[in-house]
Amino acid sequence: MADKIATREAYGNALADLGSIYNDVVVLDADLAAATKTGIFKKKFPERFFDCGIAENNMFGVAAGLAASGKIPFASTFAMFAAGRSFDQVRNSIGYPHLNVKIAATHAGISVGEDGATHQCNEDLALMRTIPGMVVINPSDAIEARCAVEAAIKYVGPVYMRFGRLAVSVINDNPEYKFEIGKGITLAKGTDVTIVATGIMVEQALIAREMLASEGISAEVINIHTIKPLDTELIVASAQQTGAIVTTEEHNIIGGLGGAVCEAVSGICPVPVVRHGVEDVFGKSAPAKDLIEHFSLNAKGIVEKVKLALTMKI
Amino acid sequence: MNSEKLSELKKLAAEVRLGAVEAVYNGKSGHPGGALSAADVITCLYFSELNINPDDPKNPDRDRFVLSKGHSCPALYAAMALRGYFDISGLKSFRHLGALMQGHPDMKTIPGIDMSAGSLGQGFSCACGMALAGKINNKDYRTYVMIGDGESQEGQIWEATMFASHYKLDNLCLIIDNNGLQIDGRVEDVMNPMPYESKFEAFGWNVITIDGHDVEQICDAFEKARSVKGKPSVIIAKTVKGKGVSFMENEAGWHGKAPNDAEYAQAVKELTEYENSLN
Repeated sequence: MADKIATREAYGNALADLGSIYNDVVVLDADLAAATKTGIFKKKFPERFFDCGIAENNMFGVAAGLAASGKIPFASTFAMFAAGRSFDQVRNSIGYPHLNVKIAATHAGISVGEDGATHQCNEDLALMRTIPGMVVINPSDAIEARCAVEAAIKYVGPVYMRFGRLAVSVINDNPEYKFEIGKGITLAKGTDVTIVATGIMVEQALIAREMLASEGISAEVINIHTIKPLDTELIVASAQQTGAIVTTEEHNIIGGLGGAVCEAVSGICPVPVVRHGVEDVFGKSAPAKDLIEHFSLNAKGIVEKVKLALTMKI
Repeated sequence: MNSEKLSELKKLAAEVRLGAVEAVYNGKSGHPGGALSAADVITCLYFSELNINPDDPKNPDRDRFVLSKGHSCPALYAAMALRGYFDISGLKSFRHLGALMQGHPDMKTIPGIDMSAGSLGQGFSCACGMALAGKINNKDYRTYVMIGDGESQEGQIWEATMFASHYKLDNLCLIIDNNGLQIDGRVEDVMNPMPYESKFEAFGWNVITIDGHDVEQICDAFEKARSVKGKPSVIIAKTVKGKGVSFMENEAGWHGKAPNDAEYAQAVKELTEYENSLN
């Protein structure tokens, strides 16, 4: 397995590489280029990089104007400020006119670590997916992050991408791997329960599956990198076989992947859904690995939720 | 500018006012006050200043106009209809279900609207993006954006003010429709953003102050703005909210209210008499 790499790092590298092919790509940042990794693009294409200063709301408006004039702007800041502070700008200046803006938000979730609750956005997936026409992508590793960036460039319309600060394992380094917006990926088959995972929880779901297997429980694992449009077909087909779902995400259990999956299955295939994630509380300051442990955002936490789900099966 | 053109612009501005009032009356809701204060500037943009073609509304080389104070769209719709973007009868369906003319401008439904706007403070930033794209692409087009003076209380306005100056967007022209009133009363009583002149000068802008109802001054200001290189220009247009309809003038209550039948008849009478007097 390759060395660990943060999805934000993969994002910055992808931008710099793909910038040579896609000349209309321009990049905006709000004084965080060193952290969001757009600085990698800036170094290579200084004439296509525009720092907007600590003024995110203006940045998203500028991005809208650039997109309305034929450019493909990537606008980056932390998830907290992209989805949180600038929700109105993203909704009204980008979402409503359906402009071709790529919002690349980094430092999502509690794995931000020491900066604490003010900088740990556990609400962005919920906020962004309520905007009509917004594509919402949450990659699980560096390979998926790179594919998401290229797919976002090729796709015409607004896209929100969620990247993390923490270096994470590369899990998609296999020749069959294929990224398509809106298509979930079944990583492992199983019969007793379906674990629907997104972002950095995908790796933990695979580890949880091994732990469950040793106890004789067979779990199917689906990687949902696109929260919207959600691959309802894949999730429902799996749930029909297994009869129970556990969702897992580094996000509030309200409104994100868990919410989306509940909405998707309730009308078509109502099975028990147990949501694993941040349980409607704010984060706190600590090293990321300690927070992951504290909030049980790990394989052990998923295993517990699977056992709960199994007790609820009809 | 010759006197013939000036008198044509005056007549057109009167027709834009009539169209704006007609739209709000038929919509039974809308914002007449700010539409009437902005009518002369919008008329001069669409009939004199903007390099545009209603038959080719997406031309990448066209000038852009963003009405950041989107609620004043009845005047924009009237000007665009008169300019040939769509049939003037469309004004009657303003704010109705299925209408082209939404309560605030929607670039998806109307070709020629360069940016959807309505949530105050945002259109100015979008215009900055358009001007920046022009610089990146080495295009000669200019971008115009109008904000209200109540709107200038939004923090995002000053973010955009910094941005336009920092990136030397001399292809950008901001117009402040300085009518002095907002929903809760006089702008200077609610939350005073004035004086604009010294603020914009401090931010590095070229500042031009005019009577926003004098079409000659408006056209001259656009010409001056075009000639200034290396920095963006702002035209502070001193206007009267509700201009042209006696009972709406300088009345904050007419910010967002439709006239009843008698008020509409009176407004049409006054505006028509004024138009007929222009000969």
